[in-house]
Amino acid sequence: MVTTAAIIFVLLSESIFGLGDSVAFFQEVSLWHFLTDTKWAPQYGEGEFGILPLLVGTMWVTGIAALIGIPFGLATAVYLSEYASPRTRRIIKPLLEILAGIPTVVYGYFALVFITPLVIEPVAGFFGIPVDTFNAVSAGLVVGIMIIPMVSSLSEDVLRAVPRGLREAGYALGATRFDVSVKVVVPAALSGILASFLLAISRALGETMAVNIAGGIRPTLTANPFEQICTMTSNIVAMAGSDAPAGSVQYQSIYAVALSLFAITFAMNVLSQFILNKYREVYQ
Amino acid sequence: MSDVFQRRLKRRQRTSRIFELVCLLSTWFGLVVLVVLLTGLMLKATGTWDPTATGAAKATENWLTPTLLTNHMSSDPERAGMVASIWGTCWLILMTALLSVPVGLGAAVYLEEYAHENWVTRFIRLNIANLAGVPSIVFGILGLTAFVRMFGFFGDPTAIGVPLGFGMLKIPLPFGKSLLSGAFTLSLLILPIVIIASQEALRAVPQSIRHASLAIGATKWQTIWHQVLPASLPGVMTGIILALSRAIGETAPIIVVGAASYIRFNPGNIERMSELVTKVDGLLLVPSSQYTVMPLQIYNWVLNSPDPEFKNVASAAIVVLLAILLLMNGIAVYIRNHFSKRLDW
Repeated sequence: MVTTAAIIFVLLSESIFGLGDSVAFFQEVSLWHFLTDTKWAPQYGEGEFGILPLLVGTMWVTGIAALIGIPFGLATAVYLSEYASPRTRRIIKPLLEILAGIPTVVYGYFALVFITPLVIEPVAGFFGIPVDTFNAVSAGLVVGIMIIPMVSSLSEDVLRAVPRGLREAGYALGATRFDVSVKVVVPAALSGILASFLLAISRALGETMAVNIAGGIRPTLTANPFEQICTMTSNIVAMAGSDAPAGSVQYQSIYAVALSLFAITFAMNVLSQFILNKYREVYQ
Repeated sequence: MSDVFQRRLKRRQRTSRIFELVCLLSTWFGLVVLVVLLTGLMLKATGTWDPTATGAAKATENWLTPTLLTNHMSSDPERAGMVASIWGTCWLILMTALLSVPVGLGAAVYLEEYAHENWVTRFIRLNIANLAGVPSIVFGILGLTAFVRMFGFFGDPTAIGVPLGFGMLKIPLPFGKSLLSGAFTLSLLILPIVIIASQEALRAVPQSIRHASLAIGATKWQTIWHQVLPASLPGVMTGIILALSRAIGETAPIIVVGAASYIRFNPGNIERMSELVTKVDGLLLVPSSQYTVMPLQIYNWVLNSPDPEFKNVASAAIVVLLAILLLMNGIAVYIRNHFSKRLDW
């Protein structure tokens, strides 16, 4: 049917066109330079097109987001599936869904206007670290909060699917709730939980607006998370909205970055499907 | 011997309680953040209290005023309004729904009712699941190439005219930075969601209904059209509304596909609801016109405005956006509850 053809077409044409137009890009800038140069400044003179600053920016934001989103999300999932009463669950789940439904620009605004001045600056000031208005920590923090509902609802589904028999066997042997949750249920659901982590990370990778607003658009290659950074996604938005003429190398750089981004997220999605299928324990 | 056991048992029970507390606090963390975000937003927007006001208390104004909804953009924060973006969002969502609902529902019906279980079907399902996980900005890039510039097929922009009863609808080729590009891109974005949600809704219809209908001699299509689809309608509608509410909040693909940053007219120059029917030529201009949407307006006000006061206007605009989203989600939940009470099998 037309619809299904359209879908396959979408998948393929993205790669081909990222590639087709990027070939024009890659003719001007060698692949090696693209991957290893350390400055990304397309607008200055000849233009330097190393993707490393963008990659590092993306890694900072995604890393911090994962550090926050995964533990909180998993703990929430464990609480909802093992400890909470049905009534509590009925209240908390819709609230988490609301958290997931807030548009990302709102999170970006929140990060810029509330989190950076009120949370980060006092803490960093306490330690004597200077903080930019746009920094990686606030972007990562906010993206982490954004993926908490995702991790928690996916993990909770998997945890609930573990049959009660396993838990009851654990209790019968004299284990506490903690023992059963951590040593029986979570390992049983591990494949699904890992898959949910990967999906959440790939969501964090692709997050654009919140990072743009909170993290800034100046690509810097830095080990300091309190500085301004630019991720791959931010860069695409910035370039698309700028005045670079279509067909120029600067414009084509959008496609190159998009292709890299797509490759990474696609690989993670495929990996998560693979893990889900390979390590799933089937119960009757 | 039992002494050691008692000590260990107490320690394990303490660990268990601590763990429970940790999990509980983690759960509350997310919720507390939500509450703080929303109240801070409301306080700032209505000017009751601004925790980030520096120096003189500038933030004692109420930014959530009717003029916000009726004025166009201006460089004076007091007079700036978001009417162009509201209309833009409405038109965009309308066109997106018109594009994505038939296609998505059709695909779901095909996959659930007609498709055989072979590798083609499995491949298609895999693709849909993968597409659901692709970052939205990649869809924007695709839309840019496919719709805005149409792969460079058309050297000079042309247009085809579609004669409708009351006028000529001009469709520019390539689509360019118009509502058409945005609508097509967004419908591609939410298509996987619509398909998956519709599939779930169709699956929830018991087989007995289908069997009964076939048993009294109806064809497969009659069964689907008269029995299965109406029965799955609440689930499908819920899914569509949720998908559309996701589409409302999407900014990144819209920027890439060329929504305007500074725009002072509504699409088709339609200013009031009454003009929808009176200004027919404006209506025909809508699909090809430039536009902006609410999240984009907010983004511009937060980042790209000259006056930092605009952040407060942005907060009020966010309140408007969230109110609309809340309304849509509320409608979806209401539909789900209301209809699931009527049809219970």
